[in-house]
Amino acid sequence: MSAFETVIGLEVHLQLATRTKIFCGCPTLFGSSPNSQTCPVCLGLPGVLPVLNRRTLESGLKVALALNCRIQPALKFHRKNYFYPDLPKGFQISQYDLPLSFEGVLEVPAAAEAPAFAVRIHRAHLEEDAGKLVHKEGSRASLVDYNRAGIPLLEIVTEPDMRTPEEAYRCLQTLKHTLQYLDVSDCDMEKGSLRCDANISLRPAGAKELGVKTEIKNLNSFKHVRNALAYEIRRQQEALSSGGKVIQETRLWDDVKGVTLLMRSKEFAHDYRYFPEPDLVPFVLQSEEIQAVRRTLPELPPARTRRFMEQYGLSSYDAGRLTSEKQLADYFESAVQAGGVPKATANWIQGDLLAACRERNVEILDLKVPAAHLAQLVLLVEHQTVSSRMAKDLLKAMMKTGEAPEPLVKRLGMSQVTDSGTLQAAAQTVVQGNPKAVSDYRAGKRQAIKFLVGQLMARTKGQANPELAHRILESVLKEGA
Amino acid sequence: MAFEESEVRYVAALARLSLTDEEIHRFSTQLKQILSYVDKLNQLKTDDISPTSHGIPMQNVFRKDEVIPSLDVEKALSNAPAREGPFFLVPRVIEDA
Repeated sequence: MSAFETVIGLEVHLQLATRTKIFCGCPTLFGSSPNSQTCPVCLGLPGVLPVLNRRTLESGLKVALALNCRIQPALKFHRKNYFYPDLPKGFQISQYDLPLSFEGVLEVPAAAEAPAFAVRIHRAHLEEDAGKLVHKEGSRASLVDYNRAGIPLLEIVTEPDMRTPEEAYRCLQTLKHTLQYLDVSDCDMEKGSLRCDANISLRPAGAKELGVKTEIKNLNSFKHVRNALAYEIRRQQEALSSGGKVIQETRLWDDVKGVTLLMRSKEFAHDYRYFPEPDLVPFVLQSEEIQAVRRTLPELPPARTRRFMEQYGLSSYDAGRLTSEKQLADYFESAVQAGGVPKATANWIQGDLLAACRERNVEILDLKVPAAHLAQLVLLVEHQTVSSRMAKDLLKAMMKTGEAPEPLVKRLGMSQVTDSGTLQAAAQTVVQGNPKAVSDYRAGKRQAIKFLVGQLMARTKGQANPELAHRILESVLKEGA
Repeated sequence: MAFEESEVRYVAALARLSLTDEEIHRFSTQLKQILSYVDKLNQLKTDDISPTSHGIPMQNVFRKDEVIPSLDVEKALSNAPAREGPFFLVPRVIEDA
């Protein structure tokens, strides 16, 4: 039982994949040598003028439209002022009262045992990234690399619509999958292309008013988000239950210790003294331009799910699972185009292939099984060249060698035995060698035939077609009676 | 419009300015004068005027997503008071628990 209700909101920073930075022509390559991608604009030298990279606005618009946001007809940029050495200018160019977009919604599809839900998007706005600080162990100095300063970011803020850490986790998954469809970012959390902060508060169950929230930072994976939120629920619950208070503060997740810790404040009162960026003019978006970007949107998961159900006859669960990730859906469609039977192809992907991905912690494209190979495997089973049991072994061999299934079947001598003459002879040997089971069967214990079929399968090294083996054994047993 | 000495201290702290008491007193008086002058704008009727953040009638100034060569690292670091290898060197700042 819990006397409190949890309220969670998320803040995601997405690096937009562009060739150049948001306000200058410096390249954005990841991992370049320190301070090799800077210029007077992104170093904040006096007298320079930032100019907006058109591509960042288009990419931002794409995301905003995919998140069903309303688009600001006339947007502008603001300066957010604070001192920190990763910020060369002493302010960050961001958006304040007229953000790129607002009031969107993200539909989170049903999971295996949890219903679908919707998360409202409060706003999504453009801003520039800061540089990177490297703290030297045991030194009184820090090193700064400004290559990242000025990389375009889209900040996406949700409404506090989530009630459990699991919902926050699923929201982030869905958001990432949607973003991957849009091809506007590599969404790589390890490279920092996708970063997430979480806001969490508790309130007495049934209360309308929100409780005092804490903000959690340093969340380097979606799993960290889930764990940090679960910890923070316990911490806040203990504080509130023992008559204490939750203090509005920023806390850092320590994944090693599994706790959140109070972060030293960056700026008292967080007074950023926003004011309009005088060096950037306003941007007015005509509805034709917005429509033009809308037309470039790919088919997104909800629409693709419906199509998979209609076109391929998949269940809503299968279709939803496959379309949640673009590369899974693309892989499935390539396999079907190469001749794979849709339902069987979907089963292979969701079964053995995804299991192998989890086991090896890789993506489906890393399994050395091109979609065309999977299609061949499906057809080999469909045409009864191999049994479905043999196909599982065949798939393992395919993943090991990267070969197509047909040559492998020949090389490994895996073909299913469907030649009734061969099976007839083997069945007779089995019947002769197992008098006990045979007499049981003849005495009316029909189940005994299962043991005999097993023996026959073993004799043929699993290559017999099981149905045929069953039929032939039955006829041999009848003859001998 | 009031601009108290406490506010001067607060803004100075945000801007990392270290001011003497005498300066704070002087700036408080001067800022009050400036603000009351600007405050005259409030006497204007602006109901029919759309808000503006810009004095120049321009909008939608973009650049193409094309790379312009960056500064040479040596040049980028040439104004830095301190450096270490290819990095700018700053007093230790760390946000931790």
